[in-house]
Amino acid sequence: MSASAAEGTRLPKGATILEVEDLHVTFQGRVGLIAGLRGDKGTQSRAVDGVDLQVRKGEVLAIAGESGCGKTTTARAIMGLQAVNAGTIKYEGKPLPRNLKPYLRKVQMVFQDPTGTLNPRQTIYEIIAEGLRIHGIDRGPNDEPEEQLVSRALSRAGLRPPERFFLRYPHELSGGQRQRVVIAGALVLEPEVIVADEPVSNLDASVRGEILQLLMKLREDLDLTIVIVTHDLGLAWTVADRVAVMYLGRIVEIGPAEEVLLRPLHPYTKALLDVVPEAGGLDRPILSGEPPDPTKIPPGCRFHPRCPVVVSGIAAELGIEAACKGEDLALVEINPGHLSACHASRHLGAEAHATIAAVDAAIAPPPIADAPSDAAEPAPGEPEEPGESEEPGAD
Amino acid sequence: MSVLSLKDVYITYHTASGGVPAVRGVNLEIAKGEVLGLAGESGCGKSTIAAAILRLLPGTTKVEGSITLDGEDVLAMKPGRLRAVRWTGASIVFQGAMHALNPVKRVGDQIAEAITVHNQAGEREARVRVGALLEQVGLPTRRAKDFPHELSGGQKQRVMIAMALACNPSMVIADEPTTALDVMVQAQVLRLMKELQRDLGLSMIFITHDLSVLVETSDRLAIMYAGKIIEEGPAATVFHDPKHPYTAALAAAFPEIGDQRFRRKPTGLGGDPPDPQEVPSGCPFHPRCPVAFADCERTVPELFPAGEGRRAACLLVEGAKTAATEVNE
Repeated sequence: MSASAAEGTRLPKGATILEVEDLHVTFQGRVGLIAGLRGDKGTQSRAVDGVDLQVRKGEVLAIAGESGCGKTTTARAIMGLQAVNAGTIKYEGKPLPRNLKPYLRKVQMVFQDPTGTLNPRQTIYEIIAEGLRIHGIDRGPNDEPEEQLVSRALSRAGLRPPERFFLRYPHELSGGQRQRVVIAGALVLEPEVIVADEPVSNLDASVRGEILQLLMKLREDLDLTIVIVTHDLGLAWTVADRVAVMYLGRIVEIGPAEEVLLRPLHPYTKALLDVVPEAGGLDRPILSGEPPDPTKIPPGCRFHPRCPVVVSGIAAELGIEAACKGEDLALVEINPGHLSACHASRHLGAEAHATIAAVDAAIAPPPIADAPSDAAEPAPGEPEEPGESEEPGAD
Repeated sequence: MSVLSLKDVYITYHTASGGVPAVRGVNLEIAKGEVLGLAGESGCGKSTIAAAILRLLPGTTKVEGSITLDGEDVLAMKPGRLRAVRWTGASIVFQGAMHALNPVKRVGDQIAEAITVHNQAGEREARVRVGALLEQVGLPTRRAKDFPHELSGGQKQRVMIAMALACNPSMVIADEPTTALDVMVQAQVLRLMKELQRDLGLSMIFITHDLSVLVETSDRLAIMYAGKIIEEGPAATVFHDPKHPYTAALAAAFPEIGDQRFRRKPTGLGGDPPDPQEVPSGCPFHPRCPVAFADCERTVPELFPAGEGRRAACLLVEGAKTAATEVNE
């Protein structure tokens, strides 16, 4: 296959390039032999429970949330790395074909841990060229040889001069350089979309900014679309055009970064913003309890057992408490492009932001010593880390 | 009087490829009830200092200078005395709570062991104390019967904190106590530690690379780079008005949401943290420094006065300029 064959008609900036529709991913819990013979089916963990998402050409979209919220699973499903139970993923308006190879050339993933991603016994050149070989590309779009493609990818990722890195091994490089190699490996195929799962959380503080700068520069130079999965809302502030906040397998709020991060509509987003460390932040309210358990998703709004609007009684005053506890709801567009899945925002519209901001004053900051994490959680679940793919065997 | 004092501490690791100087001349004083935040990137020597205070480093490591805990020279302690001082004089909360607990023992027994081994109490008394400790860290007493795998990451970290407090130490060293935890749980654990520190009047060293965490928890900050302290002073002023360009870069790595200077503008330093075996000449930070000038390559900056209660090892601070003019005169 020559590279030019892959050059389709290019979408205009802002058009939907990647679309996720009603995505569901369920992990089946393990069952012991005896329990299995007794007919025990084991618990099901609904890691992703109905995600709808449109990624626009040329944007940086951040998907944020606590661990176990399904953000990584969503990213893996987009990459075809995760079997899905229901839902469709569309690229340029078409559902993914059975053969994912042409699609995976255009959508590349950058993982969290560069050391674990790179084969320690391959040279940097081999690592970068591997993608080309898998996709059967031996010549670039302008008939360049492989060596030139590899060296272009390395220098785009900021590893210059590229020839100096060809014969080196991953262990000879620093953490920041290794992450650049991973990015170069993604770039060599000239993708349209990069999905980066916590691309800087394993890196040293001073190196993080550089890697993020690199991603931003690549977006400018190569017209890339970038999806960043992160737990760090501060990071979203520095790079993202739009932010999606996930809770228990759903997107609960999505919109322009300035709107979501400065004028949040969903109480969960507000709670996440409250725990971003900064001077004096420890006196602000902190949600009690562990990240919730995707094997036991509460009825109604899935956030209601921890929701400060419900706990403070404001939901009752507004007359929406019954809805919060009993009626599941989807994302509702409150402001242009800014959607929230919350009964309070559905009831109050854009006013919801002020209400949520005022909740802090309504509930006295709970002294944390009196709120032991498991006693304060209304639905006491198993306190294990909920079912991400790396779930430890808890037996 | 200070609870802990480090004077001219040099620590060199012994490796096959020669000595690795991890700490190169550090002076620190921590007063009673004070929280010191020690920040820096991996390899800057911050965890080495923590381990050296309780002599937890490998036997081949060379430690020079003096470390005094409650007026006693730690480096001169006999093994028996050292064992007594660990836990009772000072204790450590390590980073990976999940790996620091014994997986086949109930957490209550693990806490009780720390108490009985140090002859703080008999079996029965220890058991009562375990219950009180667990409540202090916000866990119900019945959790003492749980095995570590039955607890979540945040709960395990609470057990580690309870254990660190078991023998009423005057000093607690927390080495990246929340890095492995989720954002919401991190905030819970940080608040717990701050409250315990306040209530018990503990002296603490808080170690992490995340300056925004330190500014919440600490009274004073000390920033390390390449085995040396390059800036110190009151936490809030160091964070919001850094004098050393490295501190500025570290602070910018954790920008405040809403700060328009960082919107769509991630800031970072070029280059990588230096190899401790090949520390650059002059100011060790000069190859990465955005404001370096010719002198930086040659002159090793000492900690110059840089405002009230503050010092910074940079040739650009006020104190450095006055020092230079004095020499010229």
